[in-house]
Amino acid sequence: MSEPGMVLNSPAQAGGTREQDLILNVQRGQHELFYELVRPYERRVFAAALAILRNEHDAEDAAQEAMLKAFANIRQFRAEARFSTWLIQITVNEALMRRRRERTVVMEGIDDRRDSEESEYAPRDFADWREIPSEALERKEVRQRLAEALGTLDRKYREVFVLRDMEQMNIQETAEALGISVASVKTRLLRARLMLRDLLAAGWEQGWFSRLPFEKGSKPW
Amino acid sequence: MVVNCEQVWREISNYVDGDVDAALRSTMDEHFRTCKRCASVLAGTRNVVQLYGDERMLEVPAGFSRRLEKRLAKNAAVKGSGWSSWSAWLVPLAAIALFTGALSLVDTLTFKHPAKSILAEPGHNIPPDMLVVVSSGSKVFHVAGCPFIHDKATERTITAKEAMQDGYVPCSRCLRQYLKTSLKGQPEGDTANLEAEEEQDEVLSTAGH
Repeated sequence: MSEPGMVLNSPAQAGGTREQDLILNVQRGQHELFYELVRPYERRVFAAALAILRNEHDAEDAAQEAMLKAFANIRQFRAEARFSTWLIQITVNEALMRRRRERTVVMEGIDDRRDSEESEYAPRDFADWREIPSEALERKEVRQRLAEALGTLDRKYREVFVLRDMEQMNIQETAEALGISVASVKTRLLRARLMLRDLLAAGWEQGWFSRLPFEKGSKPW
Repeated sequence: MVVNCEQVWREISNYVDGDVDAALRSTMDEHFRTCKRCASVLAGTRNVVQLYGDERMLEVPAGFSRRLEKRLAKNAAVKGSGWSSWSAWLVPLAAIALFTGALSLVDTLTFKHPAKSILAEPGHNIPPDMLVVVSSGSKVFHVAGCPFIHDKATERTITAKEAMQDGYVPCSRCLRQYLKTSLKGQPEGDTANLEAEEEQDEVLSTAGH
């Protein structure tokens, strides 16, 4: 816990201090506090593993293993790094290692090569598309549709998108986590975002979101 | 400077991230004012970033948190008894099961649950702007991702200040550091009573106090 009298300027700062205290206590041997330390990140850890492994069961197992490895190596964590980034990096490593062991990676690798990231991508022009408000995420079927759309992306786009836009890692961190260049991250991120935009817009035409209470004609342009 | 649609599409992701220089941003702004197609691509791209960046998109399978906590607790128990190397997990599973099973039995017999009143404690020094999650049928607020959130379909995010003004109390698990009485005295490796504690939370939630 923070020292008495210590001034905390913001909730984020207060949260960071609590996290630093937890890390120190776990490093000093209070192992039972480790779950408290990682609990805020368990969703992100699972999402990172799922983006790479595509299978919930494997992703959960990889997420657990990653947490255990983080626990085993907690003394090596240095305060100058962000704990969340460190944890996600371990998760990505664990998931990539598992995928390398899977035979399916060969098939997926071939599949990925059909679509060179160097080629230009022209976003589609839709006659009928409306912005999906974030309130729609309250609905499970909307979240499922979005997850399905993400699942259709080739892995190289999906991985970058999940780390950058869902895990909120920056471009450099994403590049380091996946072992690719910053330029590749930017190119893949662009493609992922445009493809998802097209998939969601096409979803309107297919009636994915037809039960959402939006007024007709509320196009963003 | 003038840009065409293809150039705009190439830079639109950087534009959304604020990663283009001022001159290019100004040129693209002008393009968006006159090109409906590119304006729709921009709106759609922003919509994608906004939707997928929402915490609600980070879902875990049912029971994920509890299974994770149990596995971590087992690991901590093993470490606490001198199994300090990572390779300890390579020992036969049967031996681990016997060890942790025995530990759980001892814990069950010796650990006294905190009184229920601890679960209804008001919070202390909770940052008022901290975002917390509340849901229908419960007067407890949580940090996002807490496994003890009831009726996740009705989850909504508000500030801790709003939650407390509305009569919510902090979750005794995920916000325990804000309770005067803490559960931190819980024996290391204790997992047998997790379900029992969850049942207590259930009582608190359904009581709607």
